[in-house]
Amino acid sequence: MNDTIEIRWHGRGGQGAKTAALLLADVAFNTGSYVQGFPEYGPERMGAPITAYNRISKKPVRVHSNIYSPRYVVVVDDSLLDSVDVTAGLAKDGAIVINTEKGKEEMVKGLGGYKGKVYTVDAKKISLEALGRYFPNTPLLAAVVKVAGIMEKETFLKEMQASFRHKFANKPEVIAGNMKALEMAFEEVR
Amino acid sequence: MAKRDRLSGNEAVAVALRQINPDVFPAFPITPSTEIPQYFASFVANGQVDTEFITVESEHSSMSAAIGASAAGTRALTATSSCGLAYMWEELYIAASNRLPIVLALVNRALSGPININCDHSDAMGARDSGWIQIYAENNQEAYDNMVQAFRISEHKSVRLPIMICQDGFITSHAVENIELLEDEDVKAFVGEYKPENYLLNPKCPLAVGPYAVTDYYMEAKRSQAEGMRYVETAVLETAGDFARLSGREYGLFEAYRLEDADYAVVMIGSAAGTAKDAVDELRADGEKAGLLKLRLYRPFPAEAIAEALKHVKTVAIMDRAESYNNHGGPLGADVMAALYRAGSRVLAVNYIYGLGGRDVRVESIKEVFAALKQIASDGRAGEAYRYLGIRE
Repeated sequence: MNDTIEIRWHGRGGQGAKTAALLLADVAFNTGSYVQGFPEYGPERMGAPITAYNRISKKPVRVHSNIYSPRYVVVVDDSLLDSVDVTAGLAKDGAIVINTEKGKEEMVKGLGGYKGKVYTVDAKKISLEALGRYFPNTPLLAAVVKVAGIMEKETFLKEMQASFRHKFANKPEVIAGNMKALEMAFEEVR
Repeated sequence: MAKRDRLSGNEAVAVALRQINPDVFPAFPITPSTEIPQYFASFVANGQVDTEFITVESEHSSMSAAIGASAAGTRALTATSSCGLAYMWEELYIAASNRLPIVLALVNRALSGPININCDHSDAMGARDSGWIQIYAENNQEAYDNMVQAFRISEHKSVRLPIMICQDGFITSHAVENIELLEDEDVKAFVGEYKPENYLLNPKCPLAVGPYAVTDYYMEAKRSQAEGMRYVETAVLETAGDFARLSGREYGLFEAYRLEDADYAVVMIGSAAGTAKDAVDELRADGEKAGLLKLRLYRPFPAEAIAEALKHVKTVAIMDRAESYNNHGGPLGADVMAALYRAGSRVLAVNYIYGLGGRDVRVESIKEVFAALKQIASDGRAGEAYRYLGIRE
């Protein structure tokens, strides 16, 4: 399984973690990989913790289980750190990306001694600035693509432009803002 | 030319249906419906198909409308999941007994209660005796390919029975995976025009559909239905042969994965078979002779071929994603064990209930089953044959 990149998303219902996982599957697919993007459905309500997953591989993916030993974890909402063991099974040489307005040190303290790399990005600031509304999933998508080295920035932005044109065919006015959010997050994640 | 794409299982089936362009598609548009009619409704709205799409008030009505449309002489289908299938129950038998080649796109999910929306096979397994053909898929590609083949099997003139094309709820229905799509015109040509022999809207040959038959003819009618089932294996294999020439993808009654020289085998249906393949490969790398039999056609049940494929193994675990509440095991377990007995097999067999209500099945879970099979082989006795996998006691 070492040649498969496994990513786990933690979010809350309504924040778009599932959509982000599906978009990540999309962009990875466009680079020629075999992909899986799927949500784990729990109680269907706004605000409830939800999990979504990605597998990205050079070989066909046959396994259909959830992901227990991810290489990367993305946390869409830092309040989840209080209630969900987000680093469970996370590879020590992997990384976690957290959306937060707070400092990285504070996040590290909330991770129960996780030894791997910790990245943060303020998706709220970016989203409000680029889109005028709070959609954390777009900035986080860019952040994890960069952290996991899934593709180069230019290729990623080109792929996303095409993907947004398809996804937002009925509201093209939001494409520019989403592209800006991606660019900002790519630069600001650290 | 095949087109490389990535789609969820729901969208994959909807794309197959767009390419098939059936005549009539009645569907209940609300939960527990799936995204399949939702995607298809957009194809209707965009003028990509000329199907009569009827939104009805219940699944009982969607199957009733499909029966009416099919009896009239059209190519009809519907789609549902879970308790939606349960609500079609009465009509399922009417479709089958009238020998109507209706297709049902089924997304397998648990039945309540407790209330649960996730995958298991309780819905379809409950309908296994309704007279419908049942075909299952491991992944999105198979769900798509099976749907492309569905009408050819169902409308085969020696068969003329309705067919359920099943896939696992959420695990494949909502998961985006790579897929190879066929060209629209290739699918259209493969499926062909539907030319029913007997149908209601034929003034030259008036007929009654769904008549009353008591002790005089009921039993002969049911026997004739069973006769149709006898030709299904042939129709499935003929269709698969033509499909392989078109797509390069081979299908049979089941898939035998590293089974030829296996000492230990699992028999299963659906998406967990993909997970089991990884488990088999890991065990093989450790020198263990593990193998898998993944069933594609469950109704009718290819008993002889399964017994033949398993005749050399030392031990076998039959995996059921549904309970049967008979105190002995699940529906697949009963079918496989009966098949082994009739073939005079002495293989030591156990039956696991697993994955109910979406309980996750990991590579490790399947390896645990193989470890038990190895133990059984060394003990020389199966012990308790009715087991649960991954349960908290």
